[in-house]
Amino acid sequence: MAKIANQDITDKLNTKFGNQITAISEPFGLLSFETSVTAISEVLSFLKSDTELKFNYLTDITAVHYPEKKEALGVIYHLHSLTNNVRVRIKVFITTANPNIPTATTLWEGANWMERETFDFFGINFTGHPNLVRILNVDDMTVFPMRREYQLEDPNRIDKKDYFFGR
Amino acid sequence: MSNFITETSPNRPYYTDNDPQGDLTTLNLGPTHPATHGVFQNVLQMDGERIVSGVSTIGYIHRAFEKIAEHRPFYQITTLTDRMNYCSSPINNMGWHMTVEKLLGIEMPKRVDYLRVIVMELSRITDHLICNGILGVDTGAFTGFLYLMEEREHIYEIFEEICGARLTTNIGRIGGFERDFNDIAFAKIEKFLEKFPPILKEFETLFNRNRIFIDRTSGVGAVDPETALNYSWSGPILRATGVDYDVRVNEPYSSYQDFDFEIPVGTKGDVYDRFILRNEEMWQSLRIIEQAMEKLKKEPKGIFHADVPEFYLPPKEKVYNNMEALIYHFKIVMGEVDTPKTEVYHAVEGGNGELGFYLINDGGRTPYRLHFRRPSFINYQMYAPMSGGMLLSDAIINMSSLNIIAGELDA
Repeated sequence: MAKIANQDITDKLNTKFGNQITAISEPFGLLSFETSVTAISEVLSFLKSDTELKFNYLTDITAVHYPEKKEALGVIYHLHSLTNNVRVRIKVFITTANPNIPTATTLWEGANWMERETFDFFGINFTGHPNLVRILNVDDMTVFPMRREYQLEDPNRIDKKDYFFGR
Repeated sequence: MSNFITETSPNRPYYTDNDPQGDLTTLNLGPTHPATHGVFQNVLQMDGERIVSGVSTIGYIHRAFEKIAEHRPFYQITTLTDRMNYCSSPINNMGWHMTVEKLLGIEMPKRVDYLRVIVMELSRITDHLICNGILGVDTGAFTGFLYLMEEREHIYEIFEEICGARLTTNIGRIGGFERDFNDIAFAKIEKFLEKFPPILKEFETLFNRNRIFIDRTSGVGAVDPETALNYSWSGPILRATGVDYDVRVNEPYSSYQDFDFEIPVGTKGDVYDRFILRNEEMWQSLRIIEQAMEKLKKEPKGIFHADVPEFYLPPKEKVYNNMEALIYHFKIVMGEVDTPKTEVYHAVEGGNGELGFYLINDGGRTPYRLHFRRPSFINYQMYAPMSGGMLLSDAIINMSSLNIIAGELDA
């Protein structure tokens, strides 16, 4: 199993970045924390290049939208240290008005399409990305469909309203 | 190169072959080309038979699964996972069930774990059979493909016996299986374990030391481990480069730690290595299934789901005759069961690599956010860059051996 404890990773990050690392938690043993948009590049490159941690594998980049929050868009990175067999989850929250975040393509080539997908569905602007264009949706789409304000179905349909189900 | 990617439409490149004296030709490979086995478009710039550069265009069968999943209760999302990698849908189904079980903290009985392992390894074999069979077809050897398809049919008959479906299986439920494997299913698995090895052996004899096949595949699309990791490759194609990363070993799920099997790795990461590696993985899968069948004999019979009445639908006759069962049935269908407000990432080793499910739950009837980490999507992005400098016919077999499934690519 994991060769390095989550506590050791947190200690290392805290000594290096101090109060830039917030909201540390371990849901189901997977270390998760939040960081700021200014620190994210540093954090990713530190995690990747640190000789002890070696988070050299980018598992996934995705996003989530919480419309009721002030910083509504969350970008979520999953990193994996294959040598230590441990994963880590990093979140960065940004506003819909200013959805800019530095790209991770400088560290991993594989981030290219993951970021394009995230841009396509959430409108996250990865600054410095070599070719940030839509990937799965059509080019002339004007909205970012995975944001919560866009409903799946025709909003005029009434047969699926919650009150018919007692909710 | 200036007219290669246009400013107005960077994602959907088109070519303007205006210069009749130019050296380069434009070739639209796909989206419905018979050699690509799926809806893939690659716009290639050719210098004779050699590819100079290319752009992959994807999204032709995008069906917005992540958006749909936000509007469906957990047990209805299984059918969405079927339609991602439709060559090995049981692995997707099981991966999703296990994600939800991890979220809900359901402990599975060992017998269910072993039954799941059997189903998953059978579907890994179907996945690899398709990939290696098609690779044979693309290199000009049709016979092996036909031999293998017969065996895939036998595996589909096993699935049919277990769940009633063949391709999009919707197999199992959250908390176990919908019904126990019947005797016919076990008999068919036993028969398969007996009949398949000689056929796989024959298939290997046809290809492994075949001069034409080796000349055709060796050295094609060779990738070094650093590049593969940099592009976040996973699955057989990563292991063919020499990286021994397999989710079944790194983070054992469904009691894989109880089994004795090996993870084959390659050295060069070329098409030939991937072919040999997939064959070897099929042998290992057979080993695992045999062990699982042995282990099942020691487990108490008739257990096919965990005892979680809040999440596992009771049998219909109980719903009509029994108060508690009726209540649970109602609560499950109407989504009245409380679920923890947290997030979970669960990965399984799919046919093509690490298939991950990232689920953010807000305690409601449906997931707040569900993201699929689809190995085909992430593996495919190296295809166009690595095709530069290749012969067109090599690029075709390279795509076959990457085993990109359009449904998983586009989700």
